[in-house]
Amino acid sequence: MSAMIALDNVQKRFGSLTAVDDLTLSIARGEVLGFLGPNGAGKTTTMRMIAGFLEPTGGSIQVCGFNVATDPIEIKRRIGYLPEGAPIYGDMTCRGFLGFVAEVRGYRGAEKKRRIAEVVDTVSLNAVLNQTIDTLSKGFKRRVGLAQAILHDPDVLILDEPTDGLDPNQKHHVRELIGTMASDKAIIISTHILEEVEAVCTRAVVINQGRLVADGSAEELLARLPHHNAVAVTVPVAEAAAARAALLKLGHMGGVEDSDTKGVLTTLRVMPHNGYAPVAEVAHHLKSSDITIESLYVERGRLDDVFRVLTDDAAAGYAPRV
Amino acid sequence: MFSVAAIAKRELAGYFSTPVAYVFIVIFLALSGAFTFYIGGFFERGQASLESFFNFHPWLYMFLIPAVSMRLWSEERKSGTIEMLMTLPISTVAAVIGKFVAAWAFIAVALALTFPLWITVNVLGDPDNGVIAASYAGSLLMAGAFLAIGSCFSALTRNQAIAFIVAAAVCFLFTMSGLDLVLNVFRGWAPHILVDTIASLSFLSHFDRVTKGLIDVRDLVFFVSMIALWLFATVVAVDVERGA
Repeated sequence: MSAMIALDNVQKRFGSLTAVDDLTLSIARGEVLGFLGPNGAGKTTTMRMIAGFLEPTGGSIQVCGFNVATDPIEIKRRIGYLPEGAPIYGDMTCRGFLGFVAEVRGYRGAEKKRRIAEVVDTVSLNAVLNQTIDTLSKGFKRRVGLAQAILHDPDVLILDEPTDGLDPNQKHHVRELIGTMASDKAIIISTHILEEVEAVCTRAVVINQGRLVADGSAEELLARLPHHNAVAVTVPVAEAAAARAALLKLGHMGGVEDSDTKGVLTTLRVMPHNGYAPVAEVAHHLKSSDITIESLYVERGRLDDVFRVLTDDAAAGYAPRV
Repeated sequence: MFSVAAIAKRELAGYFSTPVAYVFIVIFLALSGAFTFYIGGFFERGQASLESFFNFHPWLYMFLIPAVSMRLWSEERKSGTIEMLMTLPISTVAAVIGKFVAAWAFIAVALALTFPLWITVNVLGDPDNGVIAASYAGSLLMAGAFLAIGSCFSALTRNQAIAFIVAAAVCFLFTMSGLDLVLNVFRGWAPHILVDTIASLSFLSHFDRVTKGLIDVRDLVFFVSMIALWLFATVVAVDVERGA
């Protein structure tokens, strides 16, 4: 089976509001899909539909070969789902809550104990196991939510902002966890943190106003930036004119821009040609013209800028500063 | 149906992890005692029966049961835990039944704790224990019907206060529908059959027959079908939210 999750022309309307519009998407085993988009883009709605909490208004969703509309229970058995904000019964203890989830998922006796012990260990919940969930910090609550989602070792994992509200160490830990589980599952995570996409995702999908606007690896998304793979070279202001003249003689490049001047140094940016970064040529030309190179690097661009270009209509015509 | 049991167990534990359970039980016992002795005239009647105790159950349930049922679904919706619950591999029917069973079991516990009255009446005289047993069973069934109504209104709103008030009002109508107060409104213009139908929906008259020792299958069927009907409405209410 190639596609573990397949969305086909999925649409969701709430009254006159169209939250998700004609979304087609498929995710295979081994993929970690980063689901990106501004607030209100339809990320959570889409995840809720895949998890079987909301029913689509149109289109179809298949998970592990089952249709959400006709076999919701079979799908829910195979999905681990962390809802946005990880809402959990506040009056229960961690142990009580995980026991409840294990029982609903059909585990009894020794198997139930083993599963709980395993996830408690995986997400490091031992210290708070007997504490009421209401008394836990945000980070611990999120971990309880995560434990609940992976208790049954699901084929499909859907995590709505799994690292929201966690400190950097906890974030790192959750990303590591996702990384170790990635090989035999299909995972979707939604996030606002774009570095997370580069850190854990094999693929990123950007949606805006319920529509898919980009789909590819982080590298592919970065390549959409005009400044991706530009070579930035910093030279003394006094030699800037000479440097520019030397650089303009280069063959494979898309032009030279003045980028920034700070004090006695100025930075020139050699634009890429067909995505190719002419870094060796720039170094060679400047050296043979006897120009002092203070620094030289290839700009990759930031995913943040890609995100803004793709989703901010006002910024669409604006070349991002990289 | 393991999942029904798991849900019922969690829900029941939830009652006892908050003061709700204890407040409810204490108030239920205090009020049922006060009604029995002061208003019902338990001693003045000079009869070895618990009729004066059971007579007030519809009136007590009318307000107390919506207080138990109001949190069943409203709280899940308000705190968002319903999303967690409904993405577990259980059907809506199983979730509705599990929650209902928990609340019902809780009320059964409260009802069972009135056993000192039963002991008292047996010490003082020689009551018909068959009638008392039937009355307890009838009372529990009626409580189930009130509870099913409350469950439905709890599923319709995320606000517990609204769930309580609307459920109490509907419970009031169902209790009273056999009395002239309600029936006179319809007598002037409605056809007989409608008036009779409304009268037959009265919890009071069905329950009255049970407490008098008249065990009629029709009364049992009435309460059981009330429970089934309102639980079905609860399932619909929960599913509507999901856009089904």
